[in-house]
Amino acid sequence: MTIQFKTETFRDDFTFSNSPEAIHRFPFPFDKDEYMYAVNIEQHMPGPVKSAFEFPIDIDEHYVSEMKDRALVLKQDPLRCQSLPHMITAEWDLLELLMESMAKNYPEHFTLTRDGDSWHWVNGPLGIDQKFTFGDTSTLPYPPMEYITRQCQGDFNLIDQRNDNLWMDAGIVTTQADWSLDFDIGMNFMEWHAPVPLAHDIGVFDRALKFLLNLQQGRPVRRLNWTMTINPRLDTSPENYHKWGVDRTTVTPENVGNKVHLRVELQALWRLPRSNAIVFSIRAYLIKMEELVTIPKWGRRFHRVLRDLKPELADYKGLTRYRQMTVDYLSKFDDGAPTSPGFFPD
Amino acid sequence: MSGGVEIPVRVVDVEQATQTVKRFRLAALSGEPLPSFSAGAHVVVTMDDNGRRMRNPYSLIDRADDGSTYRIGVLRTPNSRGGSKFMHERVNAGDQLVVTMPVNLFPIVRTGRKHLLVAGGIGITPIYAMANELRRRSASYEIHYAMRNEASGAFIDELRAAHGDRLKLYRDDMQEFVSVSQILPNQPLGTHLYVCGPEGMIDAILKGGRDAGWADENLHSERFLAPAGGEPFSVVLQRAGITAEVRSDQSLLEAIEEAGVDAPFLCRGGACGQCETAVVSCDGKLVHNDHFLTEEEHASGKKIMTCVSRLKGRELVLDL
Ligand code: HEM
Ligand code: FES
Repeated sequence: MTIQFKTETFRDDFTFSNSPEAIHRFPFPFDKDEYMYAVNIEQHMPGPVKSAFEFPIDIDEHYVSEMKDRALVLKQDPLRCQSLPHMITAEWDLLELLMESMAKNYPEHFTLTRDGDSWHWVNGPLGIDQKFTFGDTSTLPYPPMEYITRQCQGDFNLIDQRNDNLWMDAGIVTTQADWSLDFDIGMNFMEWHAPVPLAHDIGVFDRALKFLLNLQQGRPVRRLNWTMTINPRLDTSPENYHKWGVDRTTVTPENVGNKVHLRVELQALWRLPRSNAIVFSIRAYLIKMEELVTIPKWGRRFHRVLRDLKPELADYKGLTRYRQMTVDYLSKFDDGAPTSPGFFPD
Repeated sequence: MSGGVEIPVRVVDVEQATQTVKRFRLAALSGEPLPSFSAGAHVVVTMDDNGRRMRNPYSLIDRADDGSTYRIGVLRTPNSRGGSKFMHERVNAGDQLVVTMPVNLFPIVRTGRKHLLVAGGIGITPIYAMANELRRRSASYEIHYAMRNEASGAFIDELRAAHGDRLKLYRDDMQEFVSVSQILPNQPLGTHLYVCGPEGMIDAILKGGRDAGWADENLHSERFLAPAGGEPFSVVLQRAGITAEVRSDQSLLEAIEEAGVDAPFLCRGGACGQCETAVVSCDGKLVHNDHFLTEEEHASGKKIMTCVSRLKGRELVLDL
């Protein structure tokens, strides 16, 4: 299966859009007509063919343009990629996981040849051909985490486990929904989750942490998280708030269908073999309201979810300013018919 | 088994290391490389004794550089379940076993400045792997290895060759004992201690550490690992009108699924709450292993999370 990679932008003129196939495979995150935080963790097993869950690491039509956007972010702000010295083994583990997975599932685009520690990686879409020695950082142009994540969609955190807690000790974060690696690095699970409303009170983080401390090699898990973004902007970081915060004031009843995007994060977690660290991947998918409502079930359902969302969640996610306008737009696509259970289109 | 992915292996070599310890070299039946592991990890080995399945955890000693084999060390213990006896008497080169993916409950603290590794007897197996990893990383470490006598030190030669004077031996027959008061003083701030061995030794070392003012965060131990799984029992699915057996090597949820009933689940790890099921009655004691129900709910005996919890007793009746 050869992917046709699109040329598009996630800033300035915002030419990003989804093809009909990309709309159909969008990881819509609501299996009911309402939403509240829960420990929504499930095994990261292969999902339906062509879905975003078909393979452990999903590469899609936006790959090449997303990697260009990442390079731009890193050029302006190198602190988006940081790693504490004890995470170097985990970096190599991550490189192995991503290269193996990409080469296995997208052989038309990526190949990996291993002969002991002598590795040969070929990335067709980005025109990269690299021979290197696994475990020897001096044989790569960047440290291993940065090297491979400049070639893989999604943000990544490497999490160390000690003292019955998880510590955010490395990561590359250029497509985030308003949180900062530079601020969170070195924090533990409860500390970096402190800003989240309501979830602490209902025990979500206690349970999630205990679960993750037991995460096993060979048994990755995933969850979906969501928020909304004005314009298809990947880099909605606190560092650049001055650039995108004001976008929220530009939504009008005329442009809401085009400007307002549902942003879904497919988050997966793997226990890494050599380091016993955990990798947390955060892969962001964007879809504008006009595209979303082409799937009637999703239009109906998202209207109901957004209309009935608790105000604390709406505030935390930064939707308050344009929520009503979006609900009004979506209401035109909700005839009140019942929706079928589950995420997928009818 | 909800414990993890399983790898069928062949025993390629058995070595009588001492009178009571055998070392087994295992290769994947598929010929593929075995997964890398972090020092301190164990695998659970499934043995099949004429249909009677036994599952014992064993620490990984090492993995061949090309990934072709793992080594485990097995002490023959007069243990009622008989796993180590089976390994010693019945398992030969060429035989097949099944192992899980590595699981690490005894990891090295990567932020540690220095590492004191303390082993007693067969407790040396995870310590052996940890010492090798620390050496590879050029970290600062010491090994304190206690044994009954020179002949029962299953790993002395290999350890000495690799670690030289970082290795210190203690022989019971020479009245030499690992003493906390000797190894703990004057260690740099940020030193971590790891101990694996007989219960009494672990308790003494940990107590000594605490008495010397060490924080719990810097003291780590691995006791003889509990066998995976649990005891078998019967489950009655009242609404479906089905009675099924829950084997010792499967979870309640797996037994329900095997009986053809589509039960809810999501995480299969006791956290998400999906598999919560009402208990109608039970003859025995519920063993709750989840993080979802509250203590009061556990005590009430009215609910069970089928993915991780089970019954110690005869029969459990569920509203399913
Ligand atoms: C180790 C892996 C994880 C990492 C690195 C991580 C990281 C984060 C970060 C950085 C935030 C943003 C907090 C802020 O506002 O500054 C967040 C939000 C959140 N996290 Fe996690 N998280 C992890 C695992 C989980 C898991 C397993 C759950 C399961 C319940 C979870 C639930 C949430 C929720 C509900 C939010 C609020 C999201 C929203 O409403 O948009 N996280 N997480
Ligand atoms: S399946 Fe999640 S708690 Fe049992």
